[in-house]
Amino acid sequence: MVMEYNPKIPTLRPYIDPDNQGFWDGVREHRLVIQKCKDCGLVIHRPRPMCPRCLSTEREWTPSMGKGVIYAYVNVIYQNAGYPGIKAPYSVVVVEITEGVRILANLYDIEPEGVRIGTPVEICFDDIADDLTLPKFKRLNS
Amino acid sequence: MFDEYLARRYRTTTRPKKEHYLVKDSAAIVGIGATEFSKDSGRSELQMVCEAVKAAVDDAGLQMEEIDGFVRFEMDYTDEMHICSSLGIPKLTYFAECGWGGGASCSTIVHAAAAIAAGVAECIVCYRGMNEASGRRYGRIPGTPSIMTAPRDHFGSILPFGHCTPPGWVAMFASRYLHEFDATAEDLAWVSVVCREHANRNPNAIFYDRPLTVQECVEARMIIEPLRLYDCCVDTDGAVAIIVASAEKAKKLKQKPAYIVGATQGNATEGELMTSYYRPVISGLPEAWYTGQELWRVTGAIPSDVNVAQFYDAFSPLIPMQLEEYGFCDRGKGMDFCRGGDRIRLGGELPCNTSGSHLSEAYLHGMNLIAEAVRQIRGTSTAQVKNAELSLVTGGLGIPTSAILLRN
Ligand SMILES: [Zn+2]
Repeated sequence: MVMEYNPKIPTLRPYIDPDNQGFWDGVREHRLVIQKCKDCGLVIHRPRPMCPRCLSTEREWTPSMGKGVIYAYVNVIYQNAGYPGIKAPYSVVVVEITEGVRILANLYDIEPEGVRIGTPVEICFDDIADDLTLPKFKRLNS
Repeated sequence: MFDEYLARRYRTTTRPKKEHYLVKDSAAIVGIGATEFSKDSGRSELQMVCEAVKAAVDDAGLQMEEIDGFVRFEMDYTDEMHICSSLGIPKLTYFAECGWGGGASCSTIVHAAAAIAAGVAECIVCYRGMNEASGRRYGRIPGTPSIMTAPRDHFGSILPFGHCTPPGWVAMFASRYLHEFDATAEDLAWVSVVCREHANRNPNAIFYDRPLTVQECVEARMIIEPLRLYDCCVDTDGAVAIIVASAEKAKKLKQKPAYIVGATQGNATEGELMTSYYRPVISGLPEAWYTGQELWRVTGAIPSDVNVAQFYDAFSPLIPMQLEEYGFCDRGKGMDFCRGGDRIRLGGELPCNTSGSHLSEAYLHGMNLIAEAVRQIRGTSTAQVKNAELSLVTGGLGIPTSAILLRN
């Protein structure tokens, strides 16, 4: 089973600003890209205007393989504690990707009993509405 | 994510000389007041705040016109301008606002004590009032069709995934904490059970007449895994007011002063509002660690000097995590500290959350915890620690936070 959205309650749209625009542009094109400092090479997520290591504002978007493992997770079981427009249960995961940063997203499939820290996952993209694509994670090879 | 350089900077603090700390013993909490704690107050937040301020002024033995300052929560829907109009307070010389949700609780005392130490005001009210159970809940996204874009950048990157409420945000840290230290739901249950034991002695607590067992905790319905019902605080309508006055003025008032030995705040890098999941380690609370380090530095006290503690407990895992961050036990040993409850209940080595706190008394964003810490110094708690000399309170977690240490 996949996550179920209630069309009467729109899913919140990401807030896009000049600092994270590249990330969300990538998502719309079904590509996962991560901010990288052009001067010192530090890979950074979440996006920000300045590299916290060398204080450079020169940055680029580097493609990610989108593979990693579940670092932490929650399963939203009680509907009132979750978003009303998404049918509970659903899972929110923080995934540590091989490039070394962590990404927060949903698990594409619903199977709360099976979610474990350390489970290998890979990125996929869910076109929820004409103007909304979200990155999600699938168990590897599923 | 972090290389050695950044990790080093992450651990570094700036430490000015201790003797430059002017707050120590310059001010005291002289009055505490509250409304009843309920699920449906039936009146406005402004009215409840005014009632709590009046009760605190009476408790202190002050005249209303002696109030010359206010410190509010950024999240509060009321403000000093309207409160003064209702209470007939003629003028103020100091007013301030503290950010970061429940992280603001002890921050209000930092501001008040610092203002008093600087001579800007003499008698300052810190307060919080909320119809959180019956009214506008900040803890829930209303989900009305009109809300289309998540506010602000960091929310914009988490709310679209339905990761939108405080229990979910804390559950993410908790999943990692429980995983790294092999803790179970039963371990966690002891935290809630001890808070409930203390609430069962406190007639003002919402859960005064409702005992709770470990069994009931682990069998309670799951809210957001791994947090179950009794791991979460109790939504409350009510208001609490705390009055801080100069040490000099405190001596002339009705109550035994609770002197402010130290009041500190802490922010840590790579932070987000309750979703700081991108740090090297997320099974800890670095803001609390910094706040604690600064508190021990400016006061000269050490954790083992503390006789009683009120740890901010919007959710049960936050108590063992803070025991670690404030230095009461080693990293990863917070759960051991709480297991069985003997060390944290009344009579234990560090009685914690003696009013029942957020989990069982009321959730007033930390301000009811400050009131309880003051009662411990006065000797008037319903779970009184004998001869309590040093009383600790901490502020909200997962955000920039704050703490105070009071003495008799
Ligand atoms: Zn750089």
